[in-house]
Amino acid sequence: MARTPEPPVETVAVEYEEILIIPGEATEIEGSDTGSRAKRRRPSSGVERGGSSNRALIGLGLAAATAGAAFFFARKAGENQNGHYTGPRISDAPDHVLRGKAKEQSANNQDGRALVGRTVTIGKPRQELYAVWREFTRFPEFMDNVRQIEKLDDTRSRWTIEAPMGATVQVVTRIVEDVPGETIAWVSEPESQIETDGRVEFADAPPGRGTYVRLLLRYKPPAGALGRAVAKVMQREPNVQARRDLRRFKQLMETGEIPVNASPSGRKSESPTEARI
Amino acid sequence: MRALTWHGRHDVRVETVPDPEIVNPRDCILKITSTAICGSDLHLYDGYIPTLRAGDVLGHEFMGEVVEVGSKSTLKKGQRVVVPFTISCGDCFFCKKQQFSACDNSNPAETSDASETLMGHAMGAAFGYAHLTGGYAGGQAEYVRVPFSDVGPIVIPDQLEDEKVLFLSDILPTGWMAAENADIEPGDTVAVWGCGPVGLFAIQSAFIMGAHRVIAIDHYPRRLQLAKQMGADVLDYREVEVLEALKEMTGGIGPDAVIDCVGMESHGMAIDNIVDTVKAHTFLATERPHALRQAIIACRKGGRVSIPGVYGGFADKFPLGQVMEKGLTIKTGQTHMQRYLKPLLELIREDKVDTTFLISHREPLEKAAEMYRHWHDEQDTYTKIVLKPEMAKPRTEARQPELATA
Repeated sequence: MARTPEPPVETVAVEYEEILIIPGEATEIEGSDTGSRAKRRRPSSGVERGGSSNRALIGLGLAAATAGAAFFFARKAGENQNGHYTGPRISDAPDHVLRGKAKEQSANNQDGRALVGRTVTIGKPRQELYAVWREFTRFPEFMDNVRQIEKLDDTRSRWTIEAPMGATVQVVTRIVEDVPGETIAWVSEPESQIETDGRVEFADAPPGRGTYVRLLLRYKPPAGALGRAVAKVMQREPNVQARRDLRRFKQLMETGEIPVNASPSGRKSESPTEARI
Repeated sequence: MRALTWHGRHDVRVETVPDPEIVNPRDCILKITSTAICGSDLHLYDGYIPTLRAGDVLGHEFMGEVVEVGSKSTLKKGQRVVVPFTISCGDCFFCKKQQFSACDNSNPAETSDASETLMGHAMGAAFGYAHLTGGYAGGQAEYVRVPFSDVGPIVIPDQLEDEKVLFLSDILPTGWMAAENADIEPGDTVAVWGCGPVGLFAIQSAFIMGAHRVIAIDHYPRRLQLAKQMGADVLDYREVEVLEALKEMTGGIGPDAVIDCVGMESHGMAIDNIVDTVKAHTFLATERPHALRQAIIACRKGGRVSIPGVYGGFADKFPLGQVMEKGLTIKTGQTHMQRYLKPLLELIREDKVDTTFLISHREPLEKAAEMYRHWHDEQDTYTKIVLKPEMAKPRTEARQPELATA
């Protein structure tokens, strides 16, 4: 049983379907490190405060309950130090696609919605995909906002992430869960300029079809101008952003390169060697 | 380099744009020797395809000489190649299943969102055909960048001249797949709507595949003449009641297979088509599917419907009940080009398929804008236009196809 000590000021979580903003609300986590799913109860005041749109946001905020969020908050609360993941697995139906009764049951189970990213199928064995991902250094090739990754040791790496107006932010991440061929999860270290966590899961697709890959990314910027600016960028089209990152990873792994439409046009502003969107 | 760029509805221009460059290891750069204007370019010209941007270089039927290769291209400088209009990676699930036009990787991540929303899944990429399909520059230009050049282009033997093989880039395989999708059996009568280039190749292909009889439907006399030259019986829908004629000509049974080579911009003055035209122009509809409706009504019970014609969205008043009650099979799709290139090149070498009979005009690239106008306005005279960047002087006299006597 654990309690988060203070309410997050502003949480921007990036996943495939929605963006989460949790305006100052207290969060309570019930979790267990023995394999049961982490549970989190939100004080009712959080719900009462907002109107329906606010409530929707808070509802989305509940997505932080499980999956990546589980270890995110658990880590903050000093729990789950072994980094053991207790949320939904790739074989579960992603929570954002559940409807009606299924959603209710899911909500009852988890006291919130799972934060689960989209899934792509990549025609390569999962060990191979895992190996590339585990290196981290190739992220800049397929992740839009990641400019550079520097490996500090086997579990820690420094990320340079693009921020608005040419600025960058530095993040040091540490791998908190590492199951070869299955899962890699990482969280940012306290010295980072923004808090972020992510996880990627690999599971066998039907025979001959390669691997299902599911990616989750979240960002939690600090208060302050830069943090807000980063949040704004991350927030702009979070589902698009992450979908594209995963798609590029697929392209890179399957074809050895990332297709780009760079080619001539009659538009003066464009270069024939840069992507045209 | 010089290139044909799109600037708006009925506004295309030949202008100077930067040369393409190698961007990815599997790329190559071609110096275009011949390129054609496709019927589906008219959909762009008429503004029916969303996500085209002012300045985009058009053209998806082209061939040329390899002048530059990336480190992983399997081509060599100096080779002559024809490039299929669809871009395929050769590595994804779809390419490995030979469903090349459904390639999962060729459409860049930045441009695949729109079609994922619109179609449910990201579409494969194509040259010169709007940003829904990747936003790659086309080949109505002096040079073009060809991604995945180890998968798409087919090397052409020196003795085969451009005009014989150029249409491997789109319309010949498309006409061929249209006939293949009609699952032709011995004794079959096949009806083909639209005697444009794809329709004409579909007619030719249907006969090669063993069709007993092909009935072609159009209203342009020259196009009907070309269809007749290919061995088809022809119907001018302005002269006859097509549905009744088809029924009478097939002993009351109806054609065993029907092929819609018209697509989203059907002509004609039928009531449904007038309504569609009004709707399309007021953005209430994306298609004018009159020919397809008629084809479905005409098709015999248990027959096959093949749709090579291009559609982009939601067809209004689609006769689904007729499809269901008659138990029709529908096959359609963008052509899986790489499946057909080698066998069709063989047929061309063996002179078993005639690929030049439909060319009516050969013009320099500089005259491309004017040619679009003619292609749009004078479909009877202009049955197929080939543009040659190297051709110095515009020809004033257009060569007409030699027609067989009726």
